[in-house]
Parts: sequence; structure tokens; C-alpha cells
Amino acid sequence: MFTLYGYGHTILVGALLTLEVCFASLAVAVLLGMLGALSKLSPRLLLSLPAKLYTTVVRGIPDLVLMLIVFYGGQMAVNAIAEKIGHEEYIDVNPFIAGVLTIGFIFGAYMTETFRGAILAVNPGQLEAGRAYGMTGLQIFSRILLPQMMRHALPGFGNNWLVLTKATALVSIIGLNDMVQRASLAAGATHKPFVLYGAVAVNYLLLTTVSIILLKYFEKRYSAGFSREM
Amino acid sequence: MDFSIIQESWPIYFDGLVTTVWLTVAALVIGLLLAVPLAVVRVQGGALAQAPIRAFVYFFRGTPLLIQMFLIYYGLGQFQWMQQSVLWSLFSEAWFCALLAFALNTCAYSVEIIRGAIVATSPGEIEAARACGMSRMLMLWRIILPSAFRRALPAYSNEMIFMLHGTALASTVTIVDITGAARIIQSRYYSPWEAFLTAALLYMCLTFTIVFFVRRLEKHWQGHLLPARVSDFE
Repeated sequence: MFTLYGYGHTILVGALLTLEVCFASLAVAVLLGMLGALSKLSPRLLLSLPAKLYTTVVRGIPDLVLMLIVFYGGQMAVNAIAEKIGHEEYIDVNPFIAGVLTIGFIFGAYMTETFRGAILAVNPGQLEAGRAYGMTGLQIFSRILLPQMMRHALPGFGNNWLVLTKATALVSIIGLNDMVQRASLAAGATHKPFVLYGAVAVNYLLLTTVSIILLKYFEKRYSAGFSREM
Repeated sequence: MDFSIIQESWPIYFDGLVTTVWLTVAALVIGLLLAVPLAVVRVQGGALAQAPIRAFVYFFRGTPLLIQMFLIYYGLGQFQWMQQSVLWSLFSEAWFCALLAFALNTCAYSVEIIRGAIVATSPGEIEAARACGMSRMLMLWRIILPSAFRRALPAYSNEMIFMLHGTALASTVTIVDITGAARIIQSRYYSPWEAFLTAALLYMCLTFTIVFFVRRLEKHWQGHLLPARVSDFE
């Protein structure tokens, strides 16, 4: 039971891949979220309108459907483009890349909302003071806005992270051999699906629990000097 | 892109739409009906009564819905006693397992949402109810729950949308919902863009329908919290 009928090692390797998907998608999501939040707050319609469209559309479609669009649709588009530029072999879209891009794209929309709220919570006088000192836009962002918005962004960021980690289970559907797919294969071979999927569930619980503990620690650190009333 | 494929195969999408809607509605109704008493126990019950509810919520909020569905649909078949029980005719059906997983999942999230709303009840309301001589049950029914539901509505509407999107996973256990329909069309015509964009559009319509009705309900339930309109003073 503890060796999972000899599949313990396989599932552990899959768990590492799941972790990789988690962190890679998080990086994409944070990048898109920051860009989205800054454009959504921009006075220029050319920037704020696409950002608004992005967050509305993504939050209206299930993550599985978006993933299937990117994986199958992307596959078709890549091959159509490759054919036009004279490439003859069939190109397979890597499910890792498709999964990471889709999950990053989806959670970028949620991060946009979180970051937008956090930016709005920073006292505008602080930013004006930065401008008065002659700081460049990038300096104001990295020295004044970012450190202060962290505290407001962390609770929402933590929630998004917890939902994101669970969304990574979907990459098994587009064929990535992550923890879930390996458990499926092992379940087929051993006829013990309950034990194997149970092990995957325990791994996810572990990931969630460790995340919650770390997030609590960071929330405490970043709200040092502020009352707990916030 | 060639959307004539979709025109030809709209009956599949329509059946899928019906399946998605009833799965979502059934899961939400069952989940909410279970969640309300559990949330009350979670707030007012003793430590011994709270422990199993805490464990249930911890498990269902800490693991992916896909795994929960696989555990019920594929997992339970592992046990001989399960296959010989009277309930097996239900548990061998994909729709039943998917619905059970969805209902338990939304129940766990709803328990936390309602619990948070109950805890936030202003103490004055409870004191007033007590001063009027209400029993615990009457107070719960007339004061605490109605005001908690109002506070819970914004968070619960998000949960409704998450559940709608979650039902897309039913397509992985052979159920033909909207996503299942799109997967059939995509494999039949090899036209992923048309197939999945149509599905995305249908889901977006359903999402906005939920948002629309929740807004109306919010106006009705939280009218006393909205800023006054000029016409109110005329």
C-alpha cells in the first residue's frame, strides 16, 4: 500500500512535473496580471479596453474549454503557419507549453483584478511624491508602488494560487504525463484506482496545506507595522 | 473558419446545453441544501460535531474537482462490497458520480461562504431577537439566516459561476455536456476552433445569465444598502 503497488516512484515524478506546471503558470499569470492591471487603470482607452475584454472573456469560459482551444486550436494554427513558410513536417504542440500558457492566461485575468485592487489601495499621494522627486515611471513602480501594493495583493494572490494549483490537474486531459495521468495509467494496470487517485489527492492536499502556511507567514510579514484590522 | 458545421450539428450542442444546465442547477441546489445546516453546526455546534465538517471542507477545498470525480467514478469500483451493494446501479452511472462530486464540492465551498456570513451577523440583531424572547431555532430562521444569505450573495454568485465552469469536467467521464458536444464535433470534423469557440460562447451566455439574475436579486435583497435615488425623495 505504501509503495502504491510499485507505482509510488512514478507518481512522485509526476508530482514534480505538476509542481513545475504550477510555478511556470504562476510566472505567466503574474506577468499578465501586472500588465493587465496597469493597462486596465490606464486613462488610454486603447489600453484599458482590451484589458477589460480580457478579464471579462476569460472569466466567462471554463478553464477546460480554454485549454482545449489553445491545445487543439493552437496545434492547427501552428501547422497552418508552418506550412505557409514552407515547413513540411507535422508539428506537435507540446502539452506542457500549451498547459502552462493556458493556465497562465486564465489566472492572469484573476491576477489582473487582484493587482488592480491593490494598486488602487496605495495612497496616490505617494506616487505623486515620487513624480515630484523626478523618478522615472519604472522607479516609481519598483520603489513605491510595488512594495506598498504587496500587502494588499497578498490575500487575493494567495487565493488565486490555491485555485491555480488545483487547475493544473487539467493538463492531464491534454496529454501531459503529470501526477494525474500517471495515476490513471497505474490505476488501469493495477485495478486499484481508489488508492492511486487517493494518493494524488493527498499530494494536492499537502501542496495546499504548505501553501496556506507559507502565505500566512508572508501576509504577517508584509503587514508588519499595520494593525490587524486591515 | 467554417461555422456551417455548427449549423448542421446544433442538436448535439442543444442537448449538451440542457445537460450542462441541469447538472449545474442540481449540483447547486443539493450542495446548498446540505451546506446550510452544516454551516450552522460549524458555527454553533460543539467541537466534536465540528470536526467531521472541518475535515470534509478541508478535503473538498484542498483537492482538484477532477480528482474528486475520478475517486467516485473510477475509485469506488475497486471495492467488491461496493459492486455488490444495492447502490451500485447508481454509482456505476457516470452522471450520478459526476453530480455527486459536483454537489459535494460546491457544498464544501458553500459551507465556508455561509459560515463567514453567519459569523459576521451584527451582535445587536441577535440581542434584539433574544430580547423578543425568540427560541434558538426561530432566531436562526427569522434573523440569522436571512441576513447571512444577503451577505453571502456576492461570494455565492462567484461559486455558482465556478460550478457552471466545473461541470465542463463531466465531459471527461463520457457525459455529453456542452464541452462533450464540442469534443464530439472536433473529433468528427477536425475543426477545433469552430467546435470549442461555440462551446465558449454558450458558456459565456450562461455566465452572463447568472450575473444578470444575481444583480437583480442583489437589488431586491440589498435595496436598503444601495445609495438613495433622487426619486426616492420626491
